[in-house]
Amino acid sequence: MNQKQKRMLKRIIISAVVFICLQLIPAETFSRMDGLLFAGAGRWVRLALYLANYYIIGWGTLRKAFRGIMNRQVFDENFLMAVATLGALALAIYENGDYGEAIAVMLFYQVGEWFESYAVGKSRRNISQLMNIRPDYANIEQDGKLVKVDPEELEPGSIILVQPGEKVPIDGIVTEGSSALNTGALTGESLPRDVGPGDEVISGCINMSGLLRVRTIKRFEESTVSKILELVENAGERKSRQEDFISKFARVYTPAVCCCALALAILPPLVRLLFMGLEAMWGVWIYRALTFLVISCPCALVISIPLSFFAGIGGASRAGILVKGSNFLEALSKTDCVVFDKTGTLTQGVFQVEGIHHSTMEEEKLVEYAALAESASSHPISRSLQRAHGKELDRSRVGEIQEISGAGVLATVDGKTVAAGNDKLMKKLGVAYRDCHGVGTVIHMAIDGKYAGHILISDMIKAHAKAAISALKDLGVSKTVMLTGDTGAVAEHVAAKLGIDRVYSQLLPGDKVEKLEQLLAEEKGGGKLAFVGDGINDAPVLARADIGIAMGAMGSDAAIEAADVVLMDDDPMKIAKAIKISRKCLGIVYQNIFFAIGVKLLCLVLGALGIANMWLAIFADVGVMVLAVLNAMRCLFIYKL
Amino acid sequence: MKKTYQIDVDCANCANKMEQAACNTPGVKNARVNYMALKMTVEFQEGQDASAVMEQVLKNCKKVESDCEIFL
Repeated sequence: MNQKQKRMLKRIIISAVVFICLQLIPAETFSRMDGLLFAGAGRWVRLALYLANYYIIGWGTLRKAFRGIMNRQVFDENFLMAVATLGALALAIYENGDYGEAIAVMLFYQVGEWFESYAVGKSRRNISQLMNIRPDYANIEQDGKLVKVDPEELEPGSIILVQPGEKVPIDGIVTEGSSALNTGALTGESLPRDVGPGDEVISGCINMSGLLRVRTIKRFEESTVSKILELVENAGERKSRQEDFISKFARVYTPAVCCCALALAILPPLVRLLFMGLEAMWGVWIYRALTFLVISCPCALVISIPLSFFAGIGGASRAGILVKGSNFLEALSKTDCVVFDKTGTLTQGVFQVEGIHHSTMEEEKLVEYAALAESASSHPISRSLQRAHGKELDRSRVGEIQEISGAGVLATVDGKTVAAGNDKLMKKLGVAYRDCHGVGTVIHMAIDGKYAGHILISDMIKAHAKAAISALKDLGVSKTVMLTGDTGAVAEHVAAKLGIDRVYSQLLPGDKVEKLEQLLAEEKGGGKLAFVGDGINDAPVLARADIGIAMGAMGSDAAIEAADVVLMDDDPMKIAKAIKISRKCLGIVYQNIFFAIGVKLLCLVLGALGIANMWLAIFADVGVMVLAVLNAMRCLFIYKL
Repeated sequence: MKKTYQIDVDCANCANKMEQAACNTPGVKNARVNYMALKMTVEFQEGQDASAVMEQVLKNCKKVESDCEIFL
């Protein structure tokens, strides 16, 4: 609680106690005063006591209302509450009736205001605690001692020390030491990641075991953790349609209800008087109009919608899903078509040797020759061969290397001529080769002009890719599409394995945008199209889609910049999770909108008919707000999704 | 030019009113209030002096909600 809230709470409690005491004093006490003092004295004493209590609870509102009038803000909620309660008081004085009502309305109104401010402050703190990944300090070594410094002061290239239990403050590269890092706060992933010298570490991770010496590569403001916090904090600025609707509604609602109140106070009595020949009953109708004013404050509506989105975005970021704005959360809930980039999204983007066929020598030997022949290249395929070989390569065994573009290499290894490449190379050399029945990239090998077998290499499909696609289908996503630059056979194979509906292969980066345009044109009925990529050279496509989802963004600035939704790790299951979170959040938003507006309208109708009095009106008003706020907080809990 | 300011305001509707008031201030191209983060992002028109415009924005905001504050 802050100062303001404490002060307000004190006033609420004092006023409530006084109010209850006043209500408990029996009427005879006051009537006895008439005899002791002068006629009517009891009435005046009673009025004075109630007015004093009204002043305790209401003077802040009265003051604000007065200032509002000076600034010509007629539909200010303070002004409305002031009119409603003062009006009720005036009626009560006139009728020597129940002063309690006006005070109760003011009291509950203040309780509602207080609760709103408390709940919002609390949720603000809750969410920032969930997001408590901001490192407060960095350790540097000075004269052999550890010194804590402000991470913002460090230049890139500084050496920092991260002890076990501490957060990595700035992105950097490990120079000494090895440890396991907990990336949970960033990715929602509980499995620790092992790092050693030469590995990149990301700020916000928690060091779990050993002391690390890290050379920073970025400034604090540009480090991952600062970027993430900024992104989540600013997410509220891109407002969803629901939020815009509510602020527009609030702008119209209050004046409309006030006009109705005025009409209710004047028209029915006039009609009764002039046309029906009945008594006007001004008191009754003015009272009903004042009831209207009590219900005219739109705060319950206005608070619960942004609060729901804020909590939803906060909850999602805990699961390693960063949503850049409420509007994207809204779009995500309507996802109807998901388009995937293949490499790095559904597949790992890491090639592995899948098989060695028709080898005329030991398989390891064949791989060794292939690795040596390709040793000069840094292409993913040659790297995968080197990995499959698994041992240090003795480059001195390799003589001249000749690259034949689009076909392969010719190299001299141990004095033998080794040819490694595709079928084009074999044809060119006039070597009879055998086709492979597997799907992937085939490297044919020929040694001294004789066919020596082939190595099948393929991109590994991610462990969760198939489950992720079927999870999307379960969520009612009607179309899944894969775009890839790869050959048709490989693409079809992957798509069939994963259960993807449509495949477009052999696309250049420019073609991908074109295909996406086509798919966007096919979307109808408000369904949204999401594109999932790894953020590397698909920025234009990410930008063009309704929702651009970048994957595996740990440390990739380009991905964080280009996408609307950023998945911190590269698990495709997170896409379905993101959609589930968005649907839950939007569900809560709609519940709140309908519930709050529904109760208000009901109260207005009951108030106009004279069934609901002011007590009920203020109870309904404050109650709706409390329930809407509590409901909004449910958006934070996303673990079971 | 865009700038972000820390603000203090008590209720969500008041935040909306502040946003309206800021938007209607001369020299302001667009303004967004993020009630949950208590931040106001103001986009100024070309060639406007931000601090002078912001003083006017604060004045206008105070008019619609006397209890608000913008930390300039």
